[in-house]
Amino acid sequence: MKNALGVEIPEYIEGIGELKPYQGVWKSIIEDEVPCTNISRTLKAKKAHTSKFCSSLEEAIKKCKPFDGMTVTCHHHLRGGDGVLMQTIEILDKMGIKDITLASSSLTSAHDGLVPYVESGMITKIFSSGIRGRLGEIISMGKLKHPAIIHSHGGRVRDFLTGRIKPDLSVLAASAADEEGNSTGSHGPSAFGSMGYADIDARYSKNVIIVTDNMVEYPCVPSTVRQHFVDYVVKVDSIGDASKIASGTTRITSSPMDLRIARIAATVIEHSGLFKNGMSFQVGAGGASLAVAKFLREDMKRKSIQGSFMIGGVTSYGVDMLEEGLFKAIFDVQSFDAAVSTSVLNNPKHVEITCDQYANPNNCGAMTNKLDVVVLGALEVDVDFNVNVITGSSGEIRGASGGHSDTASGANLSVIVCPSFRGRLPIIMDRVHTIVTPGESVDVVVTERGVCVNPAKPNLAAALKKAGLKVLDIKDLKKEVDSMTGIPAEKKLGDKIVALVEYRDGTIIDVIKNVTNLE
Amino acid sequence: MTPKFKAQAGTFESSDIMVLIEPVAEGSGRQVDISSTVMLQFEEDLKVCINQVLDVMEIENVHLIAKDKGALTPTIKARVETAVKRSLGIQEGTL
Repeated sequence: MKNALGVEIPEYIEGIGELKPYQGVWKSIIEDEVPCTNISRTLKAKKAHTSKFCSSLEEAIKKCKPFDGMTVTCHHHLRGGDGVLMQTIEILDKMGIKDITLASSSLTSAHDGLVPYVESGMITKIFSSGIRGRLGEIISMGKLKHPAIIHSHGGRVRDFLTGRIKPDLSVLAASAADEEGNSTGSHGPSAFGSMGYADIDARYSKNVIIVTDNMVEYPCVPSTVRQHFVDYVVKVDSIGDASKIASGTTRITSSPMDLRIARIAATVIEHSGLFKNGMSFQVGAGGASLAVAKFLREDMKRKSIQGSFMIGGVTSYGVDMLEEGLFKAIFDVQSFDAAVSTSVLNNPKHVEITCDQYANPNNCGAMTNKLDVVVLGALEVDVDFNVNVITGSSGEIRGASGGHSDTASGANLSVIVCPSFRGRLPIIMDRVHTIVTPGESVDVVVTERGVCVNPAKPNLAAALKKAGLKVLDIKDLKKEVDSMTGIPAEKKLGDKIVALVEYRDGTIIDVIKNVTNLE
Repeated sequence: MTPKFKAQAGTFESSDIMVLIEPVAEGSGRQVDISSTVMLQFEEDLKVCINQVLDVMEIENVHLIAKDKGALTPTIKARVETAVKRSLGIQEGTL
């Protein structure tokens, strides 16, 4: 069957189940009431004054009675410094557990160690919002038994609530915890800020283990994950590489190309009709994307604009803007640097939120639905404004869906910032290799050569032209870029589906085929 | 013409290409070794482009090593031309 974007979607995949084709940004979200009768969590009483403390992660995992075919989850708040997911898999492997479904909120460069476990068939299924590095390559080569499922941040919460993901064991790192499992990422030597993704695992998983390198005296306050969701608590020497977990402050790029794109994007926002008191805003942490915040900050000061709130992945740059009074609050699902943890801990206007509140498409209060402006990056964009943030130039999995489609769908203005080509690879395609965010939810593409406005927004195009911006037809821009770079050779693809891209509403928006010329 | 000196042009920066030329004995022909960050996408194009410049400059005996970081065609042609001229001793350069 074909979905609304013309992608052929299998009706059923062995090991995954029945698939529903994507129908449009809002169609199934608005029409369907989603039953939540299939949640993994059960109620398990504990006698008064008994201990949850385990002397090792191995002991805690044993108490959770692991079994073949189970689903294991972790969070990615420790980013490239995570040491907990790999420890968990190594322990399960030693115990001889196999056929594992891994459902980490994302997978980073810290998880290349999973490769042998995928190759050996110990891990047979993966749900994640992102897959990178060597792991992405071997999955692209077809070495994971079942297709990986790439979901959005909001979609992951939905998957927990509908039972698409049924976590049996969640091993959650914290930078401080007490003996009952009250835990946080906002303080302690390995502080990493918000625990917004992990809080979902804690609430809905069957068995929850909190792992910390920093046991504090009861009660751990403030805390995010609360004791009535936690089965066991473990103290370990290290939850990972502190320097890669969170360090210093995030700097604005010095790349002239990124700065130029960001300057244009900030001007787009200024003339979009949304640049006024009460504006809400989200920006990514990547080069050009974060640099938009720098220019927006200057523009807001110049015009005496006070925004309402910022959400999303938060950098110290956002914290600076909060402290300057440019926004009234930050809602933080994920923190990107050490300075943010301090703000989460100390500033009551810096509010830690769960991923459910952040982006779950099917609840009645997702923050992404209150967004005015979001600025997002792209690996590829096409002439229909569809965006790829998951597959690279050879068709290999190397990125993350993250909150891209969640925020694009909710925001009044979604701005994609990207160079028109990167190292000779054209970014604007006739059709992106993999659709993560549908063009229906993308308003403007900003490149160093000019601005392309979705034809569905003619008034916006007119306003930007009037403001003196170079507004181009995206097809003309594509021709201009192609004439400089040349046309890349066709990707070498096989017939095997190695990953499914799940749209935030649980439908399948695209499939990823195996790449035959990877080594 | 036949290159007389070892020569190079270009950098290892993104969107540039480093071209190295080594003189070889008369009659040993052209050997062009290419590595590129966009090999899978532009291998053919790189070969054609480099050989075109060598054709125009009538260089038949040479060992050329190109390390490409996604340079555009005009950059590739300019770097090859400059490296060749340096190897012929008709243009001053960094070597």
